[in-house]
Amino acid sequence: MLEIENLHAGVAGAEILHGVNLTVGIGEVHAIMGPNGSGKSTLAQVLAGHPAFTVTAGAVRYRGQDLLARKPEERAREGIFLAFQYPVEIRGVTNAYFLRSAVNAVRKARGEEELDPMDFLAVLEQKLEAIGWDDSFVNRPVNEGFSGGEKKRNEILQMAVLEPRLAILDETDSGLDIDALKTVAHAVNRLRAPERSTIIVTHYQRLLNHITPDRVHVLTDGRIARSGGPELALALEERGYDWTKTPTAVA
Amino acid sequence: MTSIPAQVLQPYKYGFVTDIESEVVPPGLNEDVIRLISSKKGEPEWLLEWRLRAYRNWLQVPEPHWANVRYGPIDYQAISYYAAPKALPRLEGLDQVDPKLLQTFAKLGIPLEEQKRLTGVAVDAVFDSVSVATTFKETLAKQGVIFCAISEAVREHPELVRRYLGTVVPANDNYFAALNSAVFTDGSFAYIPKGVRCPLELSTYFRVNASATGQFERTLIVAEEGGYVSYLEGCSAPMRDEHQLHAAVVELVALDGAQIKYSTIQNWYPGDEEGRGGIYNFVTKRGKCAGRGSKISWTQVETGSAITWKYPGCILQGDDSVGEFYSVAVTNHRQQADTGTKMIHLGRNTRSTIVSKGISAGRGQNTYRGLVKIMKGAEGARNYSQCDSMLIGSACGAHTFPYIDVRNSTAIMEHEASTSKIGEDQIFYLRQRGLSTEDAVSLVVNGFCREVFRELPMEFAVEAQRLLGISLEGSVG
Repeated sequence: MLEIENLHAGVAGAEILHGVNLTVGIGEVHAIMGPNGSGKSTLAQVLAGHPAFTVTAGAVRYRGQDLLARKPEERAREGIFLAFQYPVEIRGVTNAYFLRSAVNAVRKARGEEELDPMDFLAVLEQKLEAIGWDDSFVNRPVNEGFSGGEKKRNEILQMAVLEPRLAILDETDSGLDIDALKTVAHAVNRLRAPERSTIIVTHYQRLLNHITPDRVHVLTDGRIARSGGPELALALEERGYDWTKTPTAVA
Repeated sequence: MTSIPAQVLQPYKYGFVTDIESEVVPPGLNEDVIRLISSKKGEPEWLLEWRLRAYRNWLQVPEPHWANVRYGPIDYQAISYYAAPKALPRLEGLDQVDPKLLQTFAKLGIPLEEQKRLTGVAVDAVFDSVSVATTFKETLAKQGVIFCAISEAVREHPELVRRYLGTVVPANDNYFAALNSAVFTDGSFAYIPKGVRCPLELSTYFRVNASATGQFERTLIVAEEGGYVSYLEGCSAPMRDEHQLHAAVVELVALDGAQIKYSTIQNWYPGDEEGRGGIYNFVTKRGKCAGRGSKISWTQVETGSAITWKYPGCILQGDDSVGEFYSVAVTNHRQQADTGTKMIHLGRNTRSTIVSKGISAGRGQNTYRGLVKIMKGAEGARNYSQCDSMLIGSACGAHTFPYIDVRNSTAIMEHEASTSKIGEDQIFYLRQRGLSTEDAVSLVVNGFCREVFRELPMEFAVEAQRLLGISLEGSVG
């Protein structure tokens, strides 16, 4: 699904990713952990195509195609979804309207007929049921007046509606209390599918108590320092990040 | 309130112009020109005198330049004040029309038949547009509603016109109102009798013999006790006119318990990217809530014109009367707008609501100027004002001049203002969900304007949303 090769990227002259290598197979769940400033969110944003970041070297292949050449909306229409760490507010636009616009943008790109409000509402109800949530978010303006937890849940709701092939969750667990965490994790698990790959970017191990990843990677100083199975996450929780850093060469 | 399905009415928006006259008056303004206009219209002596008094007053008054807009001098002697209704050049088919114009029409969702009519392509006369407009008039007539061109009203209902004309905007109110009073030739007249809820939304589209919008339109709408009317002015289709100056006057009168809802979509040619050409839209609009418990609402979406200068306002004379102003004004490229409202509270327990949304992009300059005046006798007056500005890009400007003049200590005033920029983060968020940059800007801006669009009659609201998207095309790189 995704092949990242020697990715170097940064912002305004400061390089943040110093050669990331990563391969994610179809249907797999990968966790990326690491200390603050390691570049986890940068990686997520670069994959989504945020214009603030510049790729200086390396390649990314998504379903065999060059991803870096594609605009953000094109990547989205190809099935890439980023659950933002800090979702923005959009005044005066309801979630329902926004989601319908997004869904129709994808449909239009695929040459499919766009959904009218009634049809879309039916689809929305279905998706909500699939993840076990109610429709209280639907008519509220996008993220306006939402608590941190509600914003994160709204991201997952959008993911459920848009049915991505590659979902990147950027610190979805930050700012969530225990119950909210369980709700989000539960939904993410319900959305696991053989044709869907997921990258979970997180600080803490606790989300991974509820969502069992296939592989865990540690991103330190802009590089993947170590990879392993789910037990790696437990080791990190016990011992911290320091031991994963590449020892500096002694002259 | 029901309105005839849009699909049926769309192709028949304008009636045929049945009296095309061949005489054209050379440019220039003097008393003879005014006499000519008055005689061509078959007007009574009192109206000619009224025009002449306005003209003489106009000659004495200096041209105002206090607005926050810049424009070159207007040569009033270079304007032809009476011309035969312009017949559009007859084209064979839409393929002869500028494709860019057609593209805009398509984006606005304007049906094919309407596109033909707007560009002068011959329309299949399968349906007789005159008879549809006539049916419309008959439906209204059954209820006693009068809706016709102002010149027709002067001929058919002179006593009504005389009673109300100039009572809300006197001829000497301001420079452009004086000019309009002297030389107006087109406009609408609507009269809603006691207790009648006008069954259809009135629009200039249904005026038989309506020609292309005139330069100096004069509109007068009167709703008697308990009457209700919703009036739509303008359209989203880009309108060109070789006349640069548009100085219209609109007067609304609402008696006891009556309600007038006046909605405008204005998309006059705004000039090119350098600001050349473009219409000057200098309008005086005012409503008088003369009766107790009366209500007048102005809703406007101004996206066109090189310069927009207007303050639709309300005189809240009757006790318990209500005035509302909802506005979206867009300035892009080199457009300039100095717009807002005037709410004058005279009676007791009066209420006014102002919601103004200004959007600036390119090098547009957008100014909100609002006056809320609470006179001494206006016990228990309440005002709520909200001015929001949105800036797109870094070369545009938004300015706010709120004037609050309170002469009664029982008044309650609330004022909120906000300024925001469309954030790169907002646009990226939407792009990450599959929307193009263009659609993302449109979505954010429409959300910003929601409180105003909510007040528009449904058809207009849809047009307005599309129009907003188009007028901001290319503003976010």
